[in-house]
Amino acid sequence: MADLAIKPNTQLDLLNTTIDQPLITGEPTYHSITESVSRVVENPPSKFWFGLIAVTASLLLMLQVMLGYLVATGIGVWGNNIPIGWAWDITNFVWWIGIGHAGTLISAILFLLRQRWRTGINRAAEAMTLFAVACAGIYPLFHTGRPWRAIYWLLPYPNTMQIWPNFRSPLEWDVFAVSTYFTVSVLFWFVGLLPDLATIRDRATGWRRKIYGFFSLGWRGSARHWKHYELAYLVLAGLSTPLVLSVHSIVSFDFAVSILPGWHTTIFPPYFVAGAVFSGFGMVLTLLIITRKALGIEHLITLKHIDYMCKVMLAMSMVVGYSYASEYFIAWFSVVDGERFAFYNRITGPYAWAAWTMITCNVIAPIPLWWQAVRKNITAVFIITIFVNIGMWYERFVIIVISLHRDFLPSSWDYFHPTYVDICTFIGTMGLFLTLYLLFIKYVPMIAIAEVKHAVSHDIEKGAHH
Amino acid sequence: MATSTTDTQDMAPGSVHGKPYAVATTFDTSHELLSAIRGIRKKGYRKLDAYTPFPIHGIDEALGERRSKLGFVIGGGALAGILTALGLQWWTAAVDYPIIIGGKPFFAIEYAVPITFELMVLFASFAAVFGMLAFNGLPRFNHPIFNYENYARVTDDGFVLVVERDGNHFEPVAIVELLNELGGKNTEVVHEDA
Repeated sequence: MADLAIKPNTQLDLLNTTIDQPLITGEPTYHSITESVSRVVENPPSKFWFGLIAVTASLLLMLQVMLGYLVATGIGVWGNNIPIGWAWDITNFVWWIGIGHAGTLISAILFLLRQRWRTGINRAAEAMTLFAVACAGIYPLFHTGRPWRAIYWLLPYPNTMQIWPNFRSPLEWDVFAVSTYFTVSVLFWFVGLLPDLATIRDRATGWRRKIYGFFSLGWRGSARHWKHYELAYLVLAGLSTPLVLSVHSIVSFDFAVSILPGWHTTIFPPYFVAGAVFSGFGMVLTLLIITRKALGIEHLITLKHIDYMCKVMLAMSMVVGYSYASEYFIAWFSVVDGERFAFYNRITGPYAWAAWTMITCNVIAPIPLWWQAVRKNITAVFIITIFVNIGMWYERFVIIVISLHRDFLPSSWDYFHPTYVDICTFIGTMGLFLTLYLLFIKYVPMIAIAEVKHAVSHDIEKGAHH
Repeated sequence: MATSTTDTQDMAPGSVHGKPYAVATTFDTSHELLSAIRGIRKKGYRKLDAYTPFPIHGIDEALGERRSKLGFVIGGGALAGILTALGLQWWTAAVDYPIIIGGKPFFAIEYAVPITFELMVLFASFAAVFGMLAFNGLPRFNHPIFNYENYARVTDDGFVLVVERDGNHFEPVAIVELLNELGGKNTEVVHEDA
């Protein structure tokens, strides 16, 4: 990615927020920050970038073919069948939506907590949220088999059948939670982008200037603009914080409100939220480790960012591990046969391999992150994040499929086999996610320029005064 | 918003530049900008604006700006979201088409909580974003400040102070001199049409 690379002409260290350590080492200026970030957008795409997007766009095409086939044929092309009515579709839905949670957590919660280090990574993480939620949304929509009919099953509008959705159902809450989450994430992301799009506009000429000018809505950077802007941004962060906690709680209600052993537990909302943050940080780290290297922005996304994200991931790994233990304890403590069987079957039944994969990846693999040497070792961190991504997919698979495959009637017990359509659809959504991500890093400033300048302004101007 | 002067008296017909809009000058740091704002306000100039790459702490006080009223708009949005959600869930389930499901009541506040929360967040967020744009008069693609030769530095590393024309009382030469004294660079008279 030679022509995408930027010379690290600044040594920004946004993470040292303690008083004794300066925010910046070296001699960066406002202008050098603008340059570093803008050049990624302004340089023509490299052959490497074209090669990557050719692959991911092919996967996206495969997704379209698979979804077209599903719509034309019916959901029988997937492997789910009674008693396993939900399988990869909802597993993938929950996995993707969980990945989305890191973006909002980084952009909203860390903003409210005044964690200045977030400015280096929040834009990319927010973009991942949007793309992950877009991937997630495909599954509930298409698992109806007739997506165009889902409109009147799911959305409350006066239709010719004169019937309304059942608002007592958690599945209906989910529709509102996910669509609100997507919409608010788009708004939050776009508001954050406005000043940076204006930066690109003011550096561009010709049609690029017109396009970036259009999307920056004529942002001028006036003090009056900033006054309303800062309040709007603060409130959006404040609204997104409970929103992100509510979304995965409501996703967990899809299961917890049912009366199926393995699903019907009160620990689900916090357990799902922790798992979502865990998997989200896993995916953000996976992608940012590659991105910072490929774009040569190691000075903007530093080892300390990675170190901090590892710590969050480690903490969430422990919450998730605790939740697993708690589930088993409560199943035993309840003295309910169905409950006890569901959890015994989970770790000893035909799917024991999946349950143990989940525990290995989510609870055991992150343990080395306790050591700083591991957190500073990019390769080791990268490998652990891959474990986390896999482990969190298995967590959803374990909860959904293992709880369903041996239901109340032993004669209908079954074992789920994914079809090639299941597999290709899942790989296809990765194509969608990565295609959008590649377009994002090439055409949108992937680091929040105005926010980084704001975060380090004190140090820059201190230097300018002598 | 910035060009709120209504008089057209001094619009010089056939002028190349149109009428003057303001005098603009650039500083390299936010501290210089802030002290220049204080300096020029001491001289009695009130119709000021500043253009900066990022929000500056304390600039509203220096400019004499009042707090943003956006909070009321957002609060209204949140309330509208709550009422819409409760109204929708109650009316569809208890009035328009009541169906007995599992012997449960037609409407109960408990099951209405998740959607009520979501719509509150959704409506409040729309209010925050569109309220912010409306208060800022955006989108607006043309503005006299873009005619300032040095404007591109605003979204990069420049802190621009603007003394806008206040009715007919506008003495550009005196303001240019004053801004230069305060340390401004690239000081120039900006016109409404380039």
